Amino acid sequence: MTTVWFVLIAVLWTGYFVLEGFDFGVGILLPVLGRAEADRRAIVGTIGPVWDGNEVWLLVAGGATFAAFPEWYATLFSGFYLPLFLILLALIVRGVAIEYRAKGVSTRGWDRAFFWGSLGPAVLWGVAFANIVHGVPLDAAHEYTGSLFTLLTPYALLGGLVTLALFTFHGALFLALRTTGELRAGASRLARQIGLAALVTGGAFLVITQLDTGRPATWATAGVAAAGIVAALAATTRGRDGWAFTANALALAAVVATLFGNLWPDVMPALDPANSLTVTNAASTSYTLTVMTWVAAIFTPVVLAYQAWTYWVFRRRLTGAR
Amino acid sequence: MDVLDLSRWQFGITTVYHFLFVPLTIGLSAIVAGLQTAWYRTRKQEYLRLTRFWGRLFLINFAMGVVTGIVQEFQFGMNWSAYSRFVGDVFGAPLAMEGLIAFFLESTFLGLWIFGWDRLSPRLHLATIWLAAIGTTISAYFILAANSWMQHPVGYRINNGRAELTDIGAVLTNSTTLVTFPHVIFGAFVTGGAFVLGVSCWFLMRSRDASAFRATARLGLAVVLVAGAGVMVSGHWQAQIMTEQQPMKMAAAEALWEDESSAGFSLFAVGDVEHGRNRINLQIPYGLSLLATNSLDGKVAGINDIQARYQALYGPGDYRPVIGLAYWSFRLMIGFGALAVLLALAGLWLTRRGRLPAGRWSYRFAIAGIGLPFLANSLGWIFTEMGRQPWTVFGIMRTAAAVSPGADVAEVALTLAGFTVVYAVLAAIEVRLLLKTIRIGLTDDTEPESPALPALSY
Ligand code: HDD
Ligand code: HEM
Ligand code: HEM
Repeated sequence: MTTVWFVLIAVLWTGYFVLEGFDFGVGILLPVLGRAEADRRAIVGTIGPVWDGNEVWLLVAGGATFAAFPEWYATLFSGFYLPLFLILLALIVRGVAIEYRAKGVSTRGWDRAFFWGSLGPAVLWGVAFANIVHGVPLDAAHEYTGSLFTLLTPYALLGGLVTLALFTFHGALFLALRTTGELRAGASRLARQIGLAALVTGGAFLVITQLDTGRPATWATAGVAAAGIVAALAATTRGRDGWAFTANALALAAVVATLFGNLWPDVMPALDPANSLTVTNAASTSYTLTVMTWVAAIFTPVVLAYQAWTYWVFRRRLTGAR
Repeated sequence: MDVLDLSRWQFGITTVYHFLFVPLTIGLSAIVAGLQTAWYRTRKQEYLRLTRFWGRLFLINFAMGVVTGIVQEFQFGMNWSAYSRFVGDVFGAPLAMEGLIAFFLESTFLGLWIFGWDRLSPRLHLATIWLAAIGTTISAYFILAANSWMQHPVGYRINNGRAELTDIGAVLTNSTTLVTFPHVIFGAFVTGGAFVLGVSCWFLMRSRDASAFRATARLGLAVVLVAGAGVMVSGHWQAQIMTEQQPMKMAAAEALWEDESSAGFSLFAVGDVEHGRNRINLQIPYGLSLLATNSLDGKVAGINDIQARYQALYGPGDYRPVIGLAYWSFRLMIGFGALAVLLALAGLWLTRRGRLPAGRWSYRFAIAGIGLPFLANSLGWIFTEMGRQPWTVFGIMRTAAAVSPGADVAEVALTLAGFTVVYAVLAAIEVRLLLKTIRIGLTDDTEPESPALPALSY
């Protein structure tokens, strides 16, 4: 049961990174691709209907962690206090920016807020997950004993660059898929460059990760991740936007699978393994997990169905300035 | 100030702030859905214009509700990690359910509503706003179930140094939840109604679109009245349950120092906390006994007596909340709420049979009245939460034991300052945007209004 929930939480993070990943990418690319206001409007319009629903994946990942692994929730969010604070500020500013830019008060200012609010979390989630996988200093009560600077290792910063590159690539592929004309051409062009960067940084990061904490099964998922990025690059070069986006979504899922695969059976390894949080010692009782399993089994398919339907409703491409 | 104080300020500020937007979201979403239903039924252009107008205001508010809510979701882990470890097994469940069942629903269908005007059939499009509105109410239910568990823990046992869930049904049907939920929802509708009333009066005062805004002014009046009655009835039930479950809170709310039968309802008191008595106390005779026990001679426990009993039960310590604060927040919650209801009664009289008041004063009152329910709501929460002190989970965990042991003063002070500043700036922006949107007023909907959507193409 604890393993089921470990997998479910990995799935929630996958959903979050695959969905909000492109939202972040779109925000980061806004100043690059959106020269005219009509372009910028189209760019933000591509995620307008869905960004909030995408963000809920994070909230549910947080809530599910609280319910299924309270110790993990407590250690993670109190330990990564300042990075999380920055992420929250970024998400606040970004959410308001998306909703208010169209209302006509200081649109340029909101665009800047949207950019930074997307860039910050895109980097910080990578930093956070690199630390989780590598392990952090915890005491016997599972309280984090390091400081902010303990988290900023070169490996973690590389992790931040990787998520930045991957999300930006993902955003470019998404924009190529959802726009036409100049915008689409620009997005595709950028996608090819960023995709290379994602491949190089991501490849390096995964190799280091595998040498650090890897196990045979996750070499396979790491391989899938690399192959996904390559396939996305190949597809976008041929103008197959749908395939490119799908391949990169798969790559993101494989990255999450690699990280979580390396974690298990820990949820948060400590530098001193005796203090590590594991799926067993961090978990809720089996009663709680059973209740939550029923809830998840009933409602997750419903959510997936109506979110998928939303993407279907908004499947048409948007145009920018002519 | 130490980490505990700072963390309490931080939680208090961010939560009260979140709850400025929440009631308006809940109340207004249903009102907008109602207006759209009226349009769907009658196809009168006026209803469509009204739906869009109120919908714009609703969305501006909703955005703030969402972004401030995100902070809430993570604060338990950030500042209250000891609490999270202790209660996660019980408390995490309703929180996770809220996300999975309610947040997905409201956010996804609201996205569909905003951008779906010209992509969905009118019927389907109408369904999306109703689903979003229902989502907000479901979300309220689950979070209130979580909060009620802190007020009155049920369905758990203490094992291995933590609270473990034994009965999810008991948690979701906690008697506290069942009375808190209607109280909060009615409170939200008072808020939504007063907002619609006040803004409509702004237009009536300027004779802009008078017929449309007369309709929504009357709608607002009706909502305030009905919900106001609901708030009072449910508040009365709540007071009774509270007297039973948290007698100290009730005693503090009434500045009632000694156990008393046929206790009066205090209107104005000046207390002397040190000596445990009141210097001045103006009362409605029998009022408190009636409110708390449904009988004129019911016995209500007093602060000093409860303190003595709790010391015997839980060990030495001060089990009294800040009495003055509990006393005044309770009184003012009721007072501001009652004022809003009186205002609505007056308004109904003034607008009877197609009339509209000529003078500006009644409109000005209505506009000022927008603030009343916000005050009542905030004070209600401040009362509920601070009246529970020194407990975080009543009877089993003290606030002082709940705070993150690893957090340091500088960190918490920094984030407290950061959130406060950002929130203050956002509040200014939101108000400006609301005013701007109100000034624009009703728009014509010949061109599809899906914001910022450029031409479609394949
Ligand atoms: C009585 C109702 C109520 C109460 C007491 C709270 N909330 Fe809330 N919350 C809502 C009612 C609500 C809502 C009506 O559902 C909101 C308001 C605006 C909105 O967008 O949804 C919302 C939004 C909202 C969101 C964003 C959801 C989204 O992205 O769509 C989160 C994460 C939370 N809340 C979390 C919390 C937490 C952890 C609370 C406890 C401290 C809390 N809320 C108190
Ligand atoms: C939205 C409405 C709410 C408001 C306005 C509110 C207000 C407050 C305030 C003012 C405090 C500070 C009390 C003090 O330190 O003396 C507080 C504390 C707290 N509240 Fe709430 N609250 C709300 C809802 C909730 C909900 C729904 C929960 C749980 C699900 C909750 C959990 C807590 C916790 C954990 C604390 C910190 C510990 C403490 O200081 O007691 N609150 N709240
Ligand atoms: C006759 C009028 C009222 C009575 C008797 C009343 C009673 C109460 C009581 C006893 C509580 C505390 C419950 C607890 O801590 O367990 C409470 C809380 C609260 N009240 Fe009221 N109330 C009244 C009017 C209002 C009005 C008009 C509003 C807002 C428009 C309001 C909003 C709230 C809120 C938001 C809370 C906190 C959440 C909760 O615990 O339900 N109340 N009220």
